[in-house]
Amino acid sequence: MSVTQIGAAVRRKEDQRFITGKGRYTADISRPGQSHAYFVRSPHAHAKIKRIDTAAAAALPGVLLVATGADLAAEKIGNLVCGWMIHSKDGSPMKMAPCPPLAVGKVCYVGEPLAVVIAETMIQARDAAEKVNVDYEVLPAVVDPVKAQTPDAAQIHEIAPRNTIYQWHLGDASAIETAFASAKHVTKLDFINNRLVPNSMEPRAAVAEYDSGTDTLTLWTTSQNPHVARLVLTAFIGIAPEHKLRVIAPDVGGGFGSKIYIYPEEITALWAARRLERPVKWVGDRSEAFVTDAHGRDHVTHAEMAFDADHKIVGLRVKTIANLGGYMSLFSSAVPTYLYATLLSGQYTIPTIYCEVDAVYTNTVPVDAYRGAGRPEATFVVERLVEVGAREMGIDPAELRRRNFIKAFPYQTAVVLTYDVGDYDASLKKAMELADYKGFAKRKKESARRGKLRGIGFSTYIEACGIAPSQAVGSLGGGVGGWESAEIRVNPTGSVEVLTGSHSHGQGHETTFAQLVSSRLGIPIENVSVIHGDTDKVQFGMGTYGSRSGAVGMSAIVKALDKVEAKAKKVASHLLEAAEGDIVFKDGKFTVAGTDKSIDWGGVVFNAYIAHKFSGQELEPGLKEGAFYDPINFTFPAGCHICEVEVDPETGETQIVSFTAVDDFGVVINPMIVEGQVHGGVAQGIGQALLEGAVYDNDGQLVTGSFMDYTMPRANVLPTLKVDTTMTKCPSNPLGIKGCGEAGAIAAPAAVINAITDAVGTESVAMPATSATVWAAIKQANPARAAE
Amino acid sequence: MVAVSMTVNGKPVTADVNSRTLLVQYLRESLRLTGTHVGCDTSQCGACVVHVNGRAIKSCTFFAFQAEGANVLTIEGLATGDRLHPMQEAFRENHALQCGFCTPGMIMAAVDLVHRKGHDLDEHTIREELDGNLCRCTGYHNIVKAIAAGARAMSAGSTTQKAAE
Repeated sequence: MSVTQIGAAVRRKEDQRFITGKGRYTADISRPGQSHAYFVRSPHAHAKIKRIDTAAAAALPGVLLVATGADLAAEKIGNLVCGWMIHSKDGSPMKMAPCPPLAVGKVCYVGEPLAVVIAETMIQARDAAEKVNVDYEVLPAVVDPVKAQTPDAAQIHEIAPRNTIYQWHLGDASAIETAFASAKHVTKLDFINNRLVPNSMEPRAAVAEYDSGTDTLTLWTTSQNPHVARLVLTAFIGIAPEHKLRVIAPDVGGGFGSKIYIYPEEITALWAARRLERPVKWVGDRSEAFVTDAHGRDHVTHAEMAFDADHKIVGLRVKTIANLGGYMSLFSSAVPTYLYATLLSGQYTIPTIYCEVDAVYTNTVPVDAYRGAGRPEATFVVERLVEVGAREMGIDPAELRRRNFIKAFPYQTAVVLTYDVGDYDASLKKAMELADYKGFAKRKKESARRGKLRGIGFSTYIEACGIAPSQAVGSLGGGVGGWESAEIRVNPTGSVEVLTGSHSHGQGHETTFAQLVSSRLGIPIENVSVIHGDTDKVQFGMGTYGSRSGAVGMSAIVKALDKVEAKAKKVASHLLEAAEGDIVFKDGKFTVAGTDKSIDWGGVVFNAYIAHKFSGQELEPGLKEGAFYDPINFTFPAGCHICEVEVDPETGETQIVSFTAVDDFGVVINPMIVEGQVHGGVAQGIGQALLEGAVYDNDGQLVTGSFMDYTMPRANVLPTLKVDTTMTKCPSNPLGIKGCGEAGAIAAPAAVINAITDAVGTESVAMPATSATVWAAIKQANPARAAE
Repeated sequence: MVAVSMTVNGKPVTADVNSRTLLVQYLRESLRLTGTHVGCDTSQCGACVVHVNGRAIKSCTFFAFQAEGANVLTIEGLATGDRLHPMQEAFRENHALQCGFCTPGMIMAAVDLVHRKGHDLDEHTIREELDGNLCRCTGYHNIVKAIAAGARAMSAGSTTQKAAE
């Protein structure tokens, strides 16, 4: 290892501990004297809590405490809230129902926690939890988001008649009528964007500890954003003053959005740790994860796309019902509104767009952002309509897209966002070459000879990430900023610590952020440490989600590096006895321009700290600079994914025979890591399209409550991917980065479903397109064939 | 309570454990070998894979007392001092991990796969054999590459490794 460059596939520094089993995940933390927590959860989807009898449980050996929502309320522990205000069309604010961390009075989904048992050992806690006696009055449940708005559906929260949280819209309602009235062709589709369970491999966990001497609390938590957790826990939940709580998110085993939010378990653990003056440890089971981690997606949509005589899109109208579950989770309101409707222009010039979104409560696990968060849903709508429209009008789907691509930038869409740069033709062209689109007809014939149906499908997606410009967030109803922070600490011996507000739970920041610093300062990457995840070390940060760590996190580092370089040059100018303006810094050396007088990084840094060569009046000693970077715009990664499938008509089984992803992520810091993000995102997108789906029965029981029934993508289902990039540099941040973390999950589902419907000759097929579903679709399309 | 004695990563260990204690709990909580992870409760994710008497087992579905007298190898015992096992090296070289949570179980399963199927593994075989190991981050793409490379590397210098295994 040595000085690294931007664009190099540097191997990861953090791997050493992961491949040797020396990672420190929250469940690996053990504190002296710790006790263990186990939560009592509702087995009913909707019920009044008449009585909770904890006496029998409390009497069992080893049990230290049994607590309920009433105990937390008595100590003024606050409710969980949704931090993004959305208003309905009529101007009324969203109907946010109170959400106590442990249920009080009623439960609204299977899995909702209503009591906690703390005991000396985990086994004692679990056994005692079974003795907590809850007297429920079971109420009828509603799980279907469409049924939730009907008059005879069970009413879940008083504040929300017809279980409706808001009725929001975006776009021009009257212009859309005109556009459709004059259309030559209209394509209409109904779809369900299936509910998903994030299922990061590490279940959530929390370890809470109280120091009575200093009246301070420490929380180890599986969080993507420890500072946001600290802020919510202190300012909203009121667990302690902010400066009396330290939050540490150590190694975290994947998040995908589900670990953004603040959950009942960490709140309860903190409260109990202070109450007992013993550390409290909670580690979730996978079964608990299924019924407590925020779910994703769950939209029911009707959409129509209008084309003129030249096959140009003249209008798009969309009506979506978004299922937010039993309570509003932290960002839930924004996902089906500002992260969804604003992407409905896709890569196309669509002059008029109108989107209505009703968000509803149902007796299901709360829904919030999950990899892609609103953009997979939008891409699915647009790319399915375009593909089906092409088939209906008899045009090649690539050709229809080309005719409608935006070609001039910046482009103001009809739905708030202005795209800065892009070249959609370039990624389409490259993807078609890589996927050998020309050879498809021949491959289709060859498949047919073997009795198989072959299909190919496109998804030319665009997304908005690099979340987010703070003013934009605020004006749209968001309660937080979208900036990021970085502090560069240079040590006297020349090594560097980068303190970042971003958090790595798989993204490789300890390598990529160090790579950036190494390349800029001309020092070996081994001499750069990246520190994240501890509110005692990093002052504040907004965390990692929304594909923001490159575009926003790294931009903060660049700003801090600018300041470090400027100050170092000042020191160098004293050492080299030259004017500051004559100092050049390159490849780790400070040189007086036009001479061979130079001093290296180590020399300048050491002198900054011993301060022998300059007056403290004119220049402060030391070399440590920080920066907060607020993005000036969203970034707009875009690209073309092409999926090719082979379907067995006898069984409906689909095999993905090839998957091509060509993405424009702007400047790429580490192509190996970027490809890894594409692989993982595509796997989740294929998972959504082919395998995954959270299913509830009519009583609100989660039928798919474990890996036995919820089909996770496995190695034998996923193909080897063909991945490449095109590049238009992002103009809105210093490095030109767009971000890459979510693109695969955003683009892939539409590509897969477009391919399967092409293969079997149906207009639609539901997600997940299991064998049974595809077989039924084939049967419906070809009754004669099914009879064979 | 039941007394158990076994060898873990070459060291003899003895303890009294609750008879319900799973091997993974014993390793993680009593021996503080937290490299082996728990990712599910239905025995499917594979994050808990260790070797017992030279064969991969899922330690979440194995009682501690079942390992009585056995030779147990966990991820912490795979490297030889400072020298990584070729499979560990292959995972790093091929970017076959992101969050790292599935990685110990994945590596242990991979080493066992090589023991059973040899050093020349094709893509199809690897993909089929990974049925018991879930990963949510990588899409398996680089894991498959890493296992093929690790398998080949394991055939060179095999005597020193087998001693560690």
